[in-house]
Amino acid sequence: MSIIAQNIKKTFGTYTALSGVDLNVPDGKLVALLGPSGSGKTTLLRIIAGLEFPDEGSGRIEFHGEDVTNVPAGKRGVGFVFQHYALFRHMTVAENVAFGLTVRKRKDRPAKSEIADRVNKLLKLVQLEALGKRYPAQLSGGQRQRIALARALAVEPKVLLLDEPFGALDAKVRKELRRWLRHFQDEIGISTVFVTHDQEEALEIADEVVVMNNAKIEQVGSPQEVYDHPATPFVYQFLGNVNKLQLPWRGMPADGDNSPVTDEVNKVAFVRPHELEVLRHRTGAETEGERVVVRSIQSAGSIARITVVRGSSEYIDVELSRQQLDELELIIDDSVLLRVRRSRTFAEDYAI
Amino acid sequence: MASVVSSLKSPSAGSSASAESRTSRVTRDSAWVRWTLTAVALLFLTGFLVLPLAAVFAEALRKGLGVYFHSLIESDALAAIRLTLIASAISVPANVVFGIAAAWAITKFQFRGKNVLITLIDLPFAVSPVISGLIYVLVFGLQGWYGQYLNAEHPWFPALQSWLVDQDFKIIFAVPGIVLATTFVTFPFVARELIPLMQAQGSDEEFAALTLGASGWQIFRHVTLPNIKWGLFYGVILCNARAMGEFGAVSVVSGHIRGETNTIPLHVEILYNEYNFTAAFAMASILALLAIFTLILKSVVEWRYAGSRAA
Repeated sequence: MSIIAQNIKKTFGTYTALSGVDLNVPDGKLVALLGPSGSGKTTLLRIIAGLEFPDEGSGRIEFHGEDVTNVPAGKRGVGFVFQHYALFRHMTVAENVAFGLTVRKRKDRPAKSEIADRVNKLLKLVQLEALGKRYPAQLSGGQRQRIALARALAVEPKVLLLDEPFGALDAKVRKELRRWLRHFQDEIGISTVFVTHDQEEALEIADEVVVMNNAKIEQVGSPQEVYDHPATPFVYQFLGNVNKLQLPWRGMPADGDNSPVTDEVNKVAFVRPHELEVLRHRTGAETEGERVVVRSIQSAGSIARITVVRGSSEYIDVELSRQQLDELELIIDDSVLLRVRRSRTFAEDYAI
Repeated sequence: MASVVSSLKSPSAGSSASAESRTSRVTRDSAWVRWTLTAVALLFLTGFLVLPLAAVFAEALRKGLGVYFHSLIESDALAAIRLTLIASAISVPANVVFGIAAAWAITKFQFRGKNVLITLIDLPFAVSPVISGLIYVLVFGLQGWYGQYLNAEHPWFPALQSWLVDQDFKIIFAVPGIVLATTFVTFPFVARELIPLMQAQGSDEEFAALTLGASGWQIFRHVTLPNIKWGLFYGVILCNARAMGEFGAVSVVSGHIRGETNTIPLHVEILYNEYNFTAAFAMASILALLAIFTLILKSVVEWRYAGSRAA
């Protein structure tokens, strides 16, 4: 089932949560809505689910070509998973999963044995078949979120919507569960949209990343695209660490995506820490760079992070492999040459 | 000194050890303060709570069990008990419905005038019960708006007017007024208990049920109600205790007609003013027993409530 949202506007009083947003989720894909808090991503998800409605006179939601803009949440056929699980605390796990089936009208309701069968299958699917008789309070966070997923899937939804599904979990469980979700989504092939503010999470598991900021969509693309070719300074800064180097900079390479660097138009160049190279000596014309002084070296972990300073106050983060660091034999207060391998500039003068 | 050393070992051990040393110092150094405080508290409780309660039963039983029961089954006493039961049997369920509806509206929806509604719910707590009673006399008394309606020459809904006149339907100095006054005075109990509870629980479970296709009633019945049941029960107990014991507002609207518009508290007053102490205290003992029963029930619910919240 594909999902199309067109020109969605939403205001809460004087606050604009969404200012005319278009979204297209291809059939069977896993799409991440990525953005800082307050960017409107959760509101967009809730509008797709039918838990909120777009402002009067704006917007249209389609599921597989069918207009569902005015269809209430219960009839849209969406599975929704909440950040804090929202499991029914007074019901057992099995009763939770069965809820969507047991509240159906008698003529649409499967027989008791059939419901029990389906619950068992779903619990097996989320690998928690032994926990049917437990209560939500007796489960860990990761288990609860998987039960919430099983409950959402019980009504055989056409699309799956997840609102910060891993937000309440600790780092290790979060990593495990998101890989599990990716695998799980591949298996059942349901169109899925999930909201997150964690760029690592979005880049790791999504087929397509929708970067949102300030009630607008900044960029849509595959994880590779949005990371390597950010459309705006915001996307550049939000996806990973970035240095803003003051121009002019000796030996600054031409922008891979845009027009060549001109110092008149551009005041800063965006460079990721791993796109910088540290050199001991000037060995030729092609290795032009700027003189910097090493200020700190953090070598714990697989990648070494060093901070250098150009002039008196322009601090720059650089990432090196451990091997490079060892070969350079850097110590604090060393004066070295810093070369930019790849950079990005933006024509407009964005203030961020 | 030992506690200082142990507090250096680890932050958690340190804090518990220092807490221990602090309490032990208090208990060691000021035993006499502790004893004095306990004694004062006990004296106070005995003087102001236990003794009066004991006095109620002592007075009620002074002339023996026979007289005690005889004064309870005397016809005016029975009428007062019946009226009290009727008043609370109507006002408590009414306030359960009002309270749930108000708490539901306030916690699950955003709307204009929400704060005004919250303030209005507290109104019965803020005004003196006597004023509450007087309001009803002014509105529903035969000299008030209701009386004007009955005597109007061209009233709205003439059929209703003639029916009311035919039935000689009175509100003030009759049972309907007592029920109204009781309901008004006890209105906040259920709503006040539910609003913070439902606010703390949020609406995610309801939203989840909504996306799973449940209807409004199913969401209430299967999701909201089970989550608030202990809070609701707690509110009902307090509401009932107040409904049965209410004196001020009911006294104004009742008219004190023996055997007809006297509730238990009003009947106690009448008997007492007639120097019929045994009967007065016998009636009072019913209210005292109700209070004890309420406290026991309240403790049980609090215990269950804490359990269900911890879960």
